[in-house]
Amino acid sequence: MNEMIPPKTERAEALKGLGSSRKRVEDARFTQGKGNYVDDLKLPGMLFGDFVRSPYAHARVKSINADKAKALPGVVAVLTAADLAPLNLHWMPTLAGDKQMVLADGKVLFQGQEVAFVVAEDRYIAADAVELVEVEYEELPVVVDPFQAQADDAPVLREDLEGKMEGAHGPRRHHNHIFTWEQGDKDATESILGSADVVAEEMIYYHRTHPCPLETCGCVASMDKVNGKLTVHGTFQAPHAVRTVASLISGIAEHNIRIISPDIGGGFGNKVGVYPGYICSIVASIVTGVPVKWIEDRMENLMATAFARDYWMQGKIAATKDGKITGLWCHTTADHGAFDACADPSKFPAGFMNICTGSYDIPTAYLAVDGVYTNKAPGGVAYRCSFRVTEAAYFIERMIEVLAIKLGMDAAELRAKNFIRKDQFPYQSALGWEYDSGDYHTAWDKALKAVDYDGLRKEQAERIEAFKRGETRKLLGIGLTHFTEIVGAGPVKNCDILGLGMFDSCEIRIHPTGSAIARLGTISQGQGHATTFAQILASEIGLPADDITIEEGDTDTAPYGLGTYGSRSTPVAGAATAMAGRKIRAKAQMIAAYLLEVHDDDVEWDVDRFVVKGAPERFKTMKEIAFASYNQAIPGIEPGLEAVSYYDPPNMTYPFGAYICVMEIDADTGEHEIRQFYALDDCGTRINPMIIEGQVHGGATEGYAIAMGQEIAYDAMGNVKTGTLMDFFIPTAWETPHYTTDHTVTPSPHHPIGAKGVGESPNVGSVPAFSNAVHDAFRAFGLVQSHMPHDQWRIWTVARDLGLHG
Amino acid sequence: MGKMHIKVAVNGKQHELLAEPRELLIHVLREELEITGPHIGCETSHCGACTVDMDGKSVKSCTVFAAQANGASITTIEGLGNPDGLHVLQQMFKEHHGLQCGFCTPGMITRAYRLLQENPDPTEEEVRFGMAGNLCRCTGYQNIVKAILAAAAELNAAKEAAQ
Repeated sequence: MNEMIPPKTERAEALKGLGSSRKRVEDARFTQGKGNYVDDLKLPGMLFGDFVRSPYAHARVKSINADKAKALPGVVAVLTAADLAPLNLHWMPTLAGDKQMVLADGKVLFQGQEVAFVVAEDRYIAADAVELVEVEYEELPVVVDPFQAQADDAPVLREDLEGKMEGAHGPRRHHNHIFTWEQGDKDATESILGSADVVAEEMIYYHRTHPCPLETCGCVASMDKVNGKLTVHGTFQAPHAVRTVASLISGIAEHNIRIISPDIGGGFGNKVGVYPGYICSIVASIVTGVPVKWIEDRMENLMATAFARDYWMQGKIAATKDGKITGLWCHTTADHGAFDACADPSKFPAGFMNICTGSYDIPTAYLAVDGVYTNKAPGGVAYRCSFRVTEAAYFIERMIEVLAIKLGMDAAELRAKNFIRKDQFPYQSALGWEYDSGDYHTAWDKALKAVDYDGLRKEQAERIEAFKRGETRKLLGIGLTHFTEIVGAGPVKNCDILGLGMFDSCEIRIHPTGSAIARLGTISQGQGHATTFAQILASEIGLPADDITIEEGDTDTAPYGLGTYGSRSTPVAGAATAMAGRKIRAKAQMIAAYLLEVHDDDVEWDVDRFVVKGAPERFKTMKEIAFASYNQAIPGIEPGLEAVSYYDPPNMTYPFGAYICVMEIDADTGEHEIRQFYALDDCGTRINPMIIEGQVHGGATEGYAIAMGQEIAYDAMGNVKTGTLMDFFIPTAWETPHYTTDHTVTPSPHHPIGAKGVGESPNVGSVPAFSNAVHDAFRAFGLVQSHMPHDQWRIWTVARDLGLHG
Repeated sequence: MGKMHIKVAVNGKQHELLAEPRELLIHVLREELEITGPHIGCETSHCGACTVDMDGKSVKSCTVFAAQANGASITTIEGLGNPDGLHVLQQMFKEHHGLQCGFCTPGMITRAYRLLQENPDPTEEEVRFGMAGNLCRCTGYQNIVKAILAAAAELNAAKEAAQ
């Protein structure tokens, strides 16, 4: 024990724990083409599945004739709803309490809907056979507009629900109505609106878009008839939930189902739901006795699996003459498509839309959301979003701008005047949330200073004058946003999906030589869990992150968890990891005390070891303790060093941020150029700054796409107009702006390490920043509201309608 | 459908195989030769996840018939490193956090490999333009561009040192 003990800071650094920009352990395989994605899997005898899909948005299916397809050499089976009906699998439950057709049962309700499933020896034969299946349709009237869908004489879309006036979320008042969800105080809010100095009113539309991860959805289902075990490899953001759902709907005992999420090529919410392709692959594998692979192509992905947003948000905001907000009212019409296939916690049919009071101290508010069926693809998933917080943040950040125009006030000043103050946290919002912590004014001031806000406004005023004098055709927009996120779903008391509480888990095993494996109920899709969760543990248990393997995604080995979406991994599974680490440390303390022959209370933790209080030369490192746990018979202590934690968070976490976008717009062409994008994020304790920055770059780029051009658009016949990457905007390196990132740190008071989560903040915050920049460029010329996406044509139209084309 | 006899060199190894005239190069690489580094992201040549190097050019193997690769020499992500270790681009992508989910990465690095031969000392603008055929949904490209510029600098320094 006479060795020189390296100083604390040096030992802490060697662990690569919290706060270290540790390089990612995942990268070795991904950079060498050795990733393991579902389509890389090739099992003996494997068959390929492919769908016959509806060309119509609404039609009766008169007949399906698969004789020619079945006669094609290499075709093994063609499944239709009639084949699935005896198994009661022609419909399946959605995560939102609705049900969805697996294969068309009598009619089709959206273009691209699954009609029949062809199984063949290779993907080319399967595609040929799809063309040979003859389906006779009788076209029905199409409704793509959620307001028209609610007309008395609108066609009945969901005949299965006809006459059923009680839905999963309360009464239905029309045959195409799904639910009404109300929050807050309606009477009090309306009374404030009636007597306020100023009321601004506007319809804010957040258009339909799609998460579009680069890897589409898919699976390989494999039924082992000898062992009775079903294994499904697939693109699942929540593998355990998929296992439970698969068991409930198939009747196969849950212990006989193994769900494996291999490497996932991006998810962004697209891979949370359960899709007909999964069910059909499972049935086909059971029927054929061999593995069946189904991988959707890009057009199928954009047409049929999991759209996002499509919220029409009518808002009214009341304020005093000097800009103190007194009330907020919102009525949202939510277009869910043909089936309500959101993936929100059960008690929240419109997700966390009730965070729409945002970063502001608004004493009285009311929100109502009406869910509506239309002839569009089902979904309503959270695209890099915690259950509709993106819609909520866009709504309030647009309403603030609209109010600023009405008041003739600077929008930055209006925000600062209404922020929840630091001393008000924990803050109870009018719509029912308890914000855990925040320091909005500090973040806001830092952001305004960083971009020289006053200088920008001066430049803008000069530009407007120059424009009016005819010296330039370019306008300058300054897009402001201060967003508050709500992530980490969530407390079991109010958050569940299909009755499964939204806790998460971590199980740790320390090996005799002092390395470890930790398994979690989450699954990385690019977030770098194998890197960051090892960092949390390194700081908790004093073993180097490099010596800790993180494993996720195999339901046979990982503890039960609800998966990765809604920025819940760090707030929930990250907390479970820290808590499991603390259990390890508690046992290690007893072992250390025994080895050092002192009382448990006489040793204290020191980075990577326990030290006898007052005798720093007497210690046991975690490595020594790990070995001792396997080779010493210690009275009263079980051998081994393992722990498991199931963490039920006491509250959500509330990350926030201040984003500012400076945009040049050409009034004649509608072209834009992002001159500057500044993103300040406060996600509480920062685990890996390098990864946080990467998340911000990526999320802001998705936000850029959504705000400036990306949409799932339909024509009046219900044809998808944006079914390929030619039409569906994904920015390249050429268009994508450069980002400057910044931060403040306001830890979460209830999270074990104070972390809040960051993955979705940049999508939530950047969309209003880009959109507000467009609006701001035209504010001086009278623009109040123009719906996204702000593509070149739409911006050109705005300039034209404002009379700027002369 | 009659099959065609195809000879192709992939990552320095000669292969002979039979393929239908309509069969795409990406499917032959992934399913017959089990070279699964190049990925399928769109099947319409927009995303570039399937990018491979064919006779000194970047091609999107989802829109090249296997028959067109007859007699060609192809390099995929698996062929970029060497027994001494990773290609400098592979190192720099890790160093600068130029990847997240990893799905676009093989195509991205394979394209960057060719770009740096076409233009060994590119500006940031030239990198952004030269990489515009490859989509990434995770990174926002900022760190990809950084990684490629760092790799160019490293390769040029190594070249200078060798002279």
